[in-house]
Amino acid sequence: MLCEKEFKNPKDAEAVLEKIRELSALTGPVRLMEICGTHTMAIARSGLKTVLPDSVRLLSGPGCPVCVTPANVIDMILDLSQTPGVLITSYGDLLRVPGSRQGDNLLSRRALGGNVESVYSPMDAIRIAQGHPELEVVFLGVGFETTAPGTGACVLEASRLGLENFSVLCLLKKTEPALRSLIEAEDFSVNGFLCPGHVAAVIGSDAFSFLPEDYGLPGIVAGFEPADLLYSVLSLMQMLAAKRPELKNEYTRLVKPEGNPAALAIMDKVFRPAVSDWRGLGRIEGSGFALREEYSPWDAWRKFSLHLPDEKEIPGCRCAQVIRGVLSPSDCPLFRTVCSPENPVGPCMVSGEGACAAAFQYGISL
Amino acid sequence: MNDRITLDYGSGGLKTSELIESLLVPAFDNPALSQLGDGALLDGSKKLVFSTDSFVVSPWNFPGGDIGKLSVCGTVNDVCMAGGIPKYLSLSFILEEGFLFSDLRQIVASIAEEVKKAGVSIVTGDTKVVDAGKGDGIYINTAGIGFQRTDLPGKAAIRPGDDVIVSGTVGCHGAAVMMARSGLLSEDNPLRSDCMPLHRISAAALDAAVATAGSESGAVRILRDPTRGGVATTLNEFTEGMPFSIELKENEIPIEPAVEAACDMLGLDPLYCACEGRMLLVCDPSATEDILEALHNVPGGENAARIGTVTEEMPGKVLLKTPIGGRRILSKLTGIQLPRIC
Repeated sequence: MLCEKEFKNPKDAEAVLEKIRELSALTGPVRLMEICGTHTMAIARSGLKTVLPDSVRLLSGPGCPVCVTPANVIDMILDLSQTPGVLITSYGDLLRVPGSRQGDNLLSRRALGGNVESVYSPMDAIRIAQGHPELEVVFLGVGFETTAPGTGACVLEASRLGLENFSVLCLLKKTEPALRSLIEAEDFSVNGFLCPGHVAAVIGSDAFSFLPEDYGLPGIVAGFEPADLLYSVLSLMQMLAAKRPELKNEYTRLVKPEGNPAALAIMDKVFRPAVSDWRGLGRIEGSGFALREEYSPWDAWRKFSLHLPDEKEIPGCRCAQVIRGVLSPSDCPLFRTVCSPENPVGPCMVSGEGACAAAFQYGISL
Repeated sequence: MNDRITLDYGSGGLKTSELIESLLVPAFDNPALSQLGDGALLDGSKKLVFSTDSFVVSPWNFPGGDIGKLSVCGTVNDVCMAGGIPKYLSLSFILEEGFLFSDLRQIVASIAEEVKKAGVSIVTGDTKVVDAGKGDGIYINTAGIGFQRTDLPGKAAIRPGDDVIVSGTVGCHGAAVMMARSGLLSEDNPLRSDCMPLHRISAAALDAAVATAGSESGAVRILRDPTRGGVATTLNEFTEGMPFSIELKENEIPIEPAVEAACDMLGLDPLYCACEGRMLLVCDPSATEDILEALHNVPGGENAARIGTVTEEMPGKVLLKTPIGGRRILSKLTGIQLPRIC
């Protein structure tokens, strides 16, 4: 990609920052929220917070799929991993997420003899199932609309192959209902959103127009390089200063207004909307994806008659508030004292995309 | 010989001798080894440098190298980084029953080639075979002995104002192995491991420092090859518990576009990807220019660059100045690098 270098290493960074500083005098203090784990990490890696004026605060919302998965779901997965003959396949970052007990995760279960493999793609899980007919291979379908098409495609492939020893534990989530729930909560205090570029590449930038239309909030679909982030913050500041909230698309090199029709078609074919539990936001109607009836042979929920155990609070953990942007990671009493990436208590610390992990790894203030 | 390794080859009996005499001794032929005693008798009276390393890389062959090449470079480089001139290596195989002989031959050939390049001799070794399913094809352990050429003062001698130099582009080995493992590496991808022996690179830097500042100056404070955990983790080992910090400039760190692309795809950070043929060095700023010039003239050192300086700002930490002028902490790698969801 020819232009990517320009976005990694912008020449006009200082001029853009100056403009943001000027606008911040007009807007007063503002709170901008990113709702994508990759944004959280990109912001931390670019050091953006250290160059923005103090009155422009960036907050991390419920954008990390690992972080918003509640502990009782992880507990259920951990139990499933101990079932004889079952092989759990998952994206790597889920392997270290603890359930309700600190240190109890898929990696430690593997050391105890559990069958767990990390994969790059659900198609790898299909290949494992083909090569090991003696195993029941379960793929953990975690993520937002970004990973839903890939998960859907692998269900279609399993169905085409008539693969009987393969199933998907569908934990996929939808962005919009969660955002609405967040915005409608009493403690919501955010002035604008950096909308997730990867999700928007699938569902389209138009899918976020409800932000200005229903709530009067500006939003910008943003890419992930330092320049993307700078221009996106500038654009939000311009809209806030002019008091003209709109939905804009900065990530035009990848995101179309209508999204990716092929990906959307797969999602529509395989999934139906379902109720879903979110850490920090609770149970939200229509905020998850479940497999449609015709694909039930590949639905791990059915195949293993899974039921969610009751949600257990992790004592002291403030991930739920961090996910809603109500608390900063450093406001949590466990941050850096009990909870660290090496020994994470909550999911925001364990996931490479979590707000706490970003603050721990990259934070300049100690 | 059979096509595959069987348990007999680790028995210590006839098959073991066959393996040693028909494959290993001819490949590494030298007087100390050909005695085939329980240990090797070596010449030497100077101060010694001694190091060991085990190699379990999977897949065993990757773009730009294989486990054999790696097992020589890894230990040779550890000896070099301790200020030694590597001379002798031991070589031990742990083979899994069923491992292909053709693969073993290929690995032995690349060990022989690398040994020659690094100017070392394999003087003793061992072979064991474990049951099928109890190993990952092949594991190798090497130990190396070298003679000390320079007494490096170590990290306690690092002073604010010192420069940090890297001998080439970073993260190639880690990125190449992860891409090979992911199955995403196409044949035309230029991504290659940086695996190479550092004896010439380290000698060039040390000689240049002596020429500039004299042999007693200690102008080169410390050498280290940033293997597991990459540049970020190694630099943290320099600063940990010390009264100084290191500030890197992201723009100055040489990274190949192919490495950057691979890391973007896999969700990795090049600064945490292992290098197997790169050297980090901290030196007195008066020696920087001469060291860089010397490195630029050694094969594998063409992209050497000054990537940061030692400061007093946040003792114990490594800081990174980003292209937009922001700053962040560069911490140690925690756990293994895992591929991310999206």
